[in-house]
Amino acid sequence: MTVGLFIPCYVDQFYPGAAIACLQLLEKLGVTVVYPKNQTCCGQPMANSGYQHLTGGCNDLFIKNFAEFDYVVAPSGSCVLHLKEHLHDEDNPQKAKELSNKLYEFTSFLTDVLKVKDLPARFPHKVGVHQSCHGQRGLHLSQMSELVAPPFSKPGSLLNMVKDIEIVPLNRIDECCGFGGTFCVAEEAVSSKMGIDRVADHLEHGAEYITGVDMSCLMHMEGILHRQGSKVKVLHIAEILNGE
Amino acid sequence: MENHKDHAELAEVFNKDEQRVDWHDETLWWIRQKRDKSVNQIPEWELLRDTASQIKNNVLSNLSSYLRQFETKAEAKGVIVHWAADAAEHNQIVLEILKSNGINKMVKSKSMLTEECHLNEFLEQQGVEVIDSDLGERIVQLAKEPPSHIVLPCIHKKKEEIGELFHKYLGTPAGNADPQFLTETARQHLRETFLTRRAALTGVNFAIAETGEFVVCTNEGNADMGAHLADVHIASMGIEKIIPQRKHLGVFLRLLTRSATGQPITTYSSHFSKPRKDKEIHIIIVDNGRTVQLGREDFRNSLKCIRCGACMNTCPVYRRSGGHSYHNAISGPIGSILAPNLDMEKYADLPFASTLCGSCSNVCPVKIDIHQQLYKWRQVIVKNGYTTKAKTAAMQVMSWTLASPTAYHTAGKAGRLTLKYAPFMVNNKLNPWYKHRDMPEPPKESFGEWYNKNRK
Repeated sequence: MTVGLFIPCYVDQFYPGAAIACLQLLEKLGVTVVYPKNQTCCGQPMANSGYQHLTGGCNDLFIKNFAEFDYVVAPSGSCVLHLKEHLHDEDNPQKAKELSNKLYEFTSFLTDVLKVKDLPARFPHKVGVHQSCHGQRGLHLSQMSELVAPPFSKPGSLLNMVKDIEIVPLNRIDECCGFGGTFCVAEEAVSSKMGIDRVADHLEHGAEYITGVDMSCLMHMEGILHRQGSKVKVLHIAEILNGE
Repeated sequence: MENHKDHAELAEVFNKDEQRVDWHDETLWWIRQKRDKSVNQIPEWELLRDTASQIKNNVLSNLSSYLRQFETKAEAKGVIVHWAADAAEHNQIVLEILKSNGINKMVKSKSMLTEECHLNEFLEQQGVEVIDSDLGERIVQLAKEPPSHIVLPCIHKKKEEIGELFHKYLGTPAGNADPQFLTETARQHLRETFLTRRAALTGVNFAIAETGEFVVCTNEGNADMGAHLADVHIASMGIEKIIPQRKHLGVFLRLLTRSATGQPITTYSSHFSKPRKDKEIHIIIVDNGRTVQLGREDFRNSLKCIRCGACMNTCPVYRRSGGHSYHNAISGPIGSILAPNLDMEKYADLPFASTLCGSCSNVCPVKIDIHQQLYKWRQVIVKNGYTTKAKTAAMQVMSWTLASPTAYHTAGKAGRLTLKYAPFMVNNKLNPWYKHRDMPEPPKESFGEWYNKNRK
């Protein structure tokens, strides 16, 4: 099995540690991983701003880079959701559809394809889990508090395999952090307030780390934690699962 | 392009008082939690939502025949049916009904349609006094404000502010903010209104094609007090309020108030069927842009809305920006997908007032894909040119950069170097991110650079 590793643009540029952890953990689990060097972005920043018609270049590049792999895995629920909903190829729609069908967010690839049952990881800390909306409500990585339906969590089931980790409870288990792509600058006041409130919930419950499947939400909360002078850190879930 | 404040600007004003934002957020979150508790007592909740959504699919596909069936049945019982193409026609019909009965004072229960049509302002200009009888609506009417929420019109007001309003307009003692006392005062004040008004206007929650009757839901009984005491009852309804059969109320009434407030059912779900002897019932069936929305394939199912307000209570943006920041009769997520249909330029900002978190679609009792429609409206608004040149230029540069690996790698490196060696370039007040948040610390190399060194 050969997996193409898609590293979202801002993870590539600002959070290489998250990407390295994904690569290393997939390799540890016996997967052959290839990182195509000419990859850039899924196109979501334009699309969510109303400029989906400008994402053709990103679509073409993504298909060119990733069409040939058995699976494509990315450490982001948001980018994967965008591609699954909007990746298209005007000349070859079928090709785009097949590619989006074999595209997986990192934790769901571990639970659904690799069917990981145990991990050698240990993380002796109190951790708050942020449910990133696009992964949760878009890709159904975990059950949503609005629905009358049995609970489950793909990222949660993986974190439960980590030794000595303590997951802290939260008052609002799946409220948005307020990042929202260009929303974070276009609607600065509300976005910041949402981030401040979300971080406060984790701090109130004694989290030493905040983790999740999307680095973008974590980047937002990190920006607020730093501004507040907090010692609490954010870590992509892959960095915890790939721990010692 | 625009001369009014947009959502982001109005939300910024709202956020100047952080304690108030916290209070607003907590109040609405409490209602969301009441909703959660209530719906979790119904094991078949998701099936009910699905059923309601499908009934509404049927309604939207057969709207004209159901409306004609409703008209025939209602007229057979002596109800007078009017058709209004738009807000102006609706308002004119109301005025003519009042004039022909020699009435210049009217009591009105909750009707978001009349807010949409700006009926009160119109009638006041014509010398007709309107008193809103829903307590929350009466409060915002005294404050000369529009409702900020479709179910909880004065949810943005604290009880002390209501006490001040009542002191000023209803003569209560200064400084008294006891909710029970204020409610009793309102009750006495409205009782006089109910007893003396010869015309009452109500909304319509459900109109039943099969029987020609309509159902009005209130918690205060104010629609009934108005309608039963008046000689003339006018009921205003949007064309989408129709349901095929009476039995379908068994689905919708179970969903409506559980979604809205967590109550099992509204206190009063009143069926109006025919006028009493020597009295009149008028029904005004209003289009006002709804048939245009019906013709927009991507947006038509927004017409399924039963106005429960659950999407507002759950929306993290609504809770922290307040209903008035949406500058539209219907605020929140549902307002943001309905408003651009009425005026795409005026409401071009609303579909962007969302993180697309999707919670609205999950609480919606009729399963409107609200957040997907917000995304789609963004595309339509930009394609129709209701955006700024600066934003378009920025998006074109971004699109070009991200479509070229060489440009992307150069820009990425430049960005990280800027953050590392010239952070003042971005850590300043021109960068909205920086106002409340630090920029990420730049790593010494990108993942791509690390990969080149460490693999192959």
